[in-house]
Amino acid sequence: MTAAVFFGCTFIAFGPAIALFLFTIAREPLRVIFLIAGAFFWLVSLLLSSLVWFISVQISNKESAAQQKGLLIFGVVLSVLLQETFRFGYYKLLKKANEGLLTLSQEETMPISIRQLAYVSGLGFGFMSGAFSVVNILADSAGPGTVGIHGDSQHYFLSSAFMTMAIILLHMFWGVVFFDACEKRCWWAVGLVVVIHLVVSCLTFQNPDYTATLVPAYVILFGMGVWAFYTAGGSLRNIKLCLTCKDKDFLLSNHRPR
Amino acid sequence: PAPGLLTIHEETHIYINLNETFPCVRLLNATHQIGCQSSLSGDVGVLHLLESEENLDWVLRTGPNPPYMVILESTLFTRPILMKLKNGSSRVAGVLAVQPTSNPPEGFSPHTSCPNENTGVYSETYGPSYAHCNVTMWNPLGTGISYEEFDFPIFSVKDDNDTEVIRRCYMEHNRAVNGSTPQYPLCAMQLMSHMAAVTDTATCMRRNAPTFSLAPDGVCDPLGDANIWASTKPLNSSTKGHKDGVSVLDSRSFFFDVAPGADSAATGLVALLAAASALHNATAELNRTILYTFFNGETFDYIGSSRMVYDMAKNDFTVDLDNIHSILEVGQVALGPDSRLWLHSDPVSKRNSSVNVEVQTLVSNLQAAAAGLNLSLGEPNVTQPLPPSSFQRFLLERPIPGVVIENHQTSFTNKYYQSMFDNAEYLKLNYPPNLTPEEQLELVTDSAKVATTVARGLYLQAGGELAQMSRIQADSELVSKMLYTFLVRVNNSWFDQLVKSDWTGNRPTNFYIGVTGQYFSEPALMVQCILANLTGSIANITEGNCQDKKMDKDENMNKDRDSFCVRSLVRQSKALSPAFELSEYTSKNYSTWAESRWSAIKGRIFLVASHDLEMLTLGVGVGVLLMSLLLTYIVSSKADILFSSGREPTNATY
Repeated sequence: MTAAVFFGCTFIAFGPAIALFLFTIAREPLRVIFLIAGAFFWLVSLLLSSLVWFISVQISNKESAAQQKGLLIFGVVLSVLLQETFRFGYYKLLKKANEGLLTLSQEETMPISIRQLAYVSGLGFGFMSGAFSVVNILADSAGPGTVGIHGDSQHYFLSSAFMTMAIILLHMFWGVVFFDACEKRCWWAVGLVVVIHLVVSCLTFQNPDYTATLVPAYVILFGMGVWAFYTAGGSLRNIKLCLTCKDKDFLLSNHRPR
Repeated sequence: PAPGLLTIHEETHIYINLNETFPCVRLLNATHQIGCQSSLSGDVGVLHLLESEENLDWVLRTGPNPPYMVILESTLFTRPILMKLKNGSSRVAGVLAVQPTSNPPEGFSPHTSCPNENTGVYSETYGPSYAHCNVTMWNPLGTGISYEEFDFPIFSVKDDNDTEVIRRCYMEHNRAVNGSTPQYPLCAMQLMSHMAAVTDTATCMRRNAPTFSLAPDGVCDPLGDANIWASTKPLNSSTKGHKDGVSVLDSRSFFFDVAPGADSAATGLVALLAAASALHNATAELNRTILYTFFNGETFDYIGSSRMVYDMAKNDFTVDLDNIHSILEVGQVALGPDSRLWLHSDPVSKRNSSVNVEVQTLVSNLQAAAAGLNLSLGEPNVTQPLPPSSFQRFLLERPIPGVVIENHQTSFTNKYYQSMFDNAEYLKLNYPPNLTPEEQLELVTDSAKVATTVARGLYLQAGGELAQMSRIQADSELVSKMLYTFLVRVNNSWFDQLVKSDWTGNRPTNFYIGVTGQYFSEPALMVQCILANLTGSIANITEGNCQDKKMDKDENMNKDRDSFCVRSLVRQSKALSPAFELSEYTSKNYSTWAESRWSAIKGRIFLVASHDLEMLTLGVGVGVLLMSLLLTYIVSSKADILFSSGREPTNATY
């Protein structure tokens, strides 16, 4: 649909992610490295799940639409499970890497905390997931035509972009919650993250009814955001403090050592 | 996973590609460029089905969503409408012409009304009163649109299911009901046919040179191919007085690679081929040699004949101009209901009495040849010049006596001269529909009369006796098989026996000359194979040795049977205009036609959204980006306050 739609959808899909990257990650090389490694882990999980799906499609009956749809659902579920497995694997790897980094570095404390690692890896997963979700669609949006000649809805590009934005942010929140739950050995939280991921992915089966997909997705996004905020150490009191613009010195002076 | 899971590939949900399109391409000559051009990535326009000439107003002035892609039904594909579209081309993105299912009864000829007027023999110095069709307008139905320049693409499509999809898309989305403006999204089409060459032949040939151009492949190619010629006896330089039977091998239309050329090319060459076959056994007793010549590229300012005459004049050809005794050219010879043919000759050269005598002999021989065949041959009763014919190029060098056989006395009777409608339907080769292609091949049509006349005429001219003339008879079955092959379907059982047919198709022959390249055009190859088979003899030699023999040898391969070697006197000669040999790209005497190169030619339809919606999307995107930048900046600057609860003092992390 021309360059305007291309750039509009790109900014919608990747706007928050780019902003987060620019302001919180770009200055710290270690965070960049872990972001890219996280993206790579997500990529490997996608590769595995797509390999399984591809093989199963080849051996299936290509004519039967019901079977193909069933295979697709199977593929989606498998992909979600594999992604979360790889997230767990990345967590384990990062724990080991952190000990190694500690011995290597000259300071006494770790250069990067697990909380920061959770955020960065979640964002890495999100970037790669968003890219795979939407890059194909963006390429088509740059052409002169829009969706609709076969009767499909016109809002395909816009809803894809919004969904991608939600997915990227969700991956970030899931990363934070997941790592924290793993640290505290809170397995029910881990399971809940997986379930929510499954729910969001399966929401997209309702396309082209874009309202039924996007609205629940954003509700879940908001909920996850709140959960991640609390997990990361935020609270209502902090927000009030922030909003009433009390400065740091006041905070430090009020802070009582435990 | 991506949204919209059940769409495997989005592109198929946005675009519908046009499958079989016939574009109009750009041709260049010494002074002009003609044809159509699109922008580099294709032209996009909102579809509009033109209902009448008055409806053009919507496209050119009042329509709210320019530029428009105009769909023209065949009745509206006329010069006035195309000229108006050309003048309003800022609002016209392109034209899609829908081919009718049958030929338009009133006729249609996109060629000029005076074909090849600047490269014929008549000029200020030779018969000035006859120049520029002063006496007879040969092609009165000619509108000349093939020689106009358009800066938007024009494609042609058949009227089939794909076109129905296009019409339906227009009806659903673009139709303005009772004065209201159609609402977005609108159905649109993109046509891509970007031509690399510009201005004229000299410019494009200059840009072809690898040192100059950024495009190392070149931007244009000269039009050219091969002439096919054969002699009845082996030639040596001392033989004098050849009779030349001449025919034309090519045709054209407004659209690229569409040239059915039934009357303008096929009838003449089939008659000459059948005549060659009829004379095959009788040539031994003749004291003069007969040459059969098929010139290619005559539509484009006599490419083939000007080249052969040039070679002859330079003594670069086996036959000298002085050794040609007379010329008999077979032009458009499709017979009308009255079975009349006309013998045209050149009034200027006939002022010389010796030439006049020879011409009269030729005429009377032909009339004797036609006796008893239910065919009347006559000379036109007005003093008029020769019609456009290859013979004119010979007259430019020498006053050779000659006659051109045509089916029209003054102007052409061919209503579809050099158009896509000059096809089997026009010749009334209407086979009954329940016949298989093979049965159609066997159906004998009544067209051998002309071939027999030509054969007998050549026989008499070459010294044959009148009494022996009646045993020379053209084979009706051969004629109908050849007509079927050239005009209906190349891939058939008769042609299969002659040549290995992996390059033949289930469609009529395409008579467009095309560009010089490593492969010869289809008609040249076909005529060469057929002529070799009809005038040659099978030699009992194995395949390996066949090519090693003398230059007169010709080899044929057969698909199903063992390949066989045919010895014949059929040869090819280069049909490339002397202008390209001499590098005179602005020549006025020779043909300078060249065809532009292009990268991709395709078309597709899709829906377009309104400009406002696009801008809204961009605005929302920019807004989201700015908002997130702002929010992130705020949150990250206050991060240690926001995320501080449950934490140790700031210098400890865990």
